[in-house]
Amino acid sequence: MSETNAKTILYRVRRYDPARDAAPRWQDFTLPRTAGMTVLDGLWVIKETQDPSLAWRSSCRMGVCGSCGMVINGRPRLGCNTQVSELSADVVAVAPLPNFDIIRDLVPDLAPMFDAHGAVRPYVIRDDVEERENPSGEFGQSPHELEQYLQFSYCIKCGCCMAACPTYATDPVYSGPMPLAQAHRYNTDTRDGGFKSRKDMLGGERGPWRCHFAGECSRVCPKGVDPAKAIQLMKREMVLDYLRLRKGHVAASVVPKPSGVKRRPDIPEAPPRTA
Amino acid sequence: MMREQKLWTWHVAAGLVILVLLGLHMVIMHLDAIVKISSLNPAGEEPVDWKNVAARGRMVFFAVTYVLLLGAALFHGLYGLRNILFELHPRAGLKTTLSVALLIVGFGLFVLGTWAAVAGFSLARSL
Repeated sequence: MSETNAKTILYRVRRYDPARDAAPRWQDFTLPRTAGMTVLDGLWVIKETQDPSLAWRSSCRMGVCGSCGMVINGRPRLGCNTQVSELSADVVAVAPLPNFDIIRDLVPDLAPMFDAHGAVRPYVIRDDVEERENPSGEFGQSPHELEQYLQFSYCIKCGCCMAACPTYATDPVYSGPMPLAQAHRYNTDTRDGGFKSRKDMLGGERGPWRCHFAGECSRVCPKGVDPAKAIQLMKREMVLDYLRLRKGHVAASVVPKPSGVKRRPDIPEAPPRTA
Repeated sequence: MMREQKLWTWHVAAGLVILVLLGLHMVIMHLDAIVKISSLNPAGEEPVDWKNVAARGRMVFFAVTYVLLLGAALFHGLYGLRNILFELHPRAGLKTTLSVALLIVGFGLFVLGTWAAVAGFSLARSL
């Protein structure tokens, strides 16, 4: 394609400083195109050579931390995980994730998302406090049980799904795909016994009921998670729970340590607990 | 807090009832040439012949299914309408008002429709 042979690339960046600007505006930057250049690399070049005031959020640069979620050529993506060449375009348009307030330039205010995330209690909840505080071993879980929630645990909380969700765009009460998928992830985890404590919140207006199954959240997820599926599965679980047909599970117990076996000398003991 | 869970469950259940009863309607009224159930159309070939209509009207089964379909359709439709209206993001007070208004409308229509079904049943029995 012609654009891949070009030596420069045009970045069209959405700028907004609440202290100075009345409304967001677009600003163009032309910068050299390099092999393997990611959108995030381009932003760094702009900051280092043209405009040091440009603001965005990033950290790991390898698609793990979820910091650099932004709208790139109309689609929510990770800046570090998107190569300029894969866009097949002469212009790279970069904007902050929609459905959130803008703190500055490409930095969205993700606090509402993390508030909603915290509200679903996204951690393993168990009654055996002593075992939780002073674990004596590992909780048993089969590969099949792991498979039920594994893909949902790949979520990096980047907010791309929230930015793509048409329901979250219009309904501020709706929790959004990320928190709901994480609620399902923990409800499905056999080590967890917290379904009842999440049920009150999920059974109300903040729960999955407003989801239209547009599927945009799953389409844009940079980690291949399927939040739309999690939400539909959660609806099913909640309906079965109301009809008292849900097959609940008792939180998995500690697996006894193997006995009658000798540790191989080349395998060291586990390090002592640090937390 | 659990209200949406309950309402959604009934919404799905009402949808299933509608599916089954509309399937029955299709079988009786439109697929009669394929699925022949003589007891439902005892008077002739056409399901809409007056004698067939009157015969079905005399059956308790149909009186019950009319009321059941009415209740399911009203709940399913009005809950769906409520969801659409709520997506316009009304204030909390307006949400309550809308819910109460839809409840009153639904209940009123159900009473009216039930009266019509029972009256039709009584009339058919007297023929």
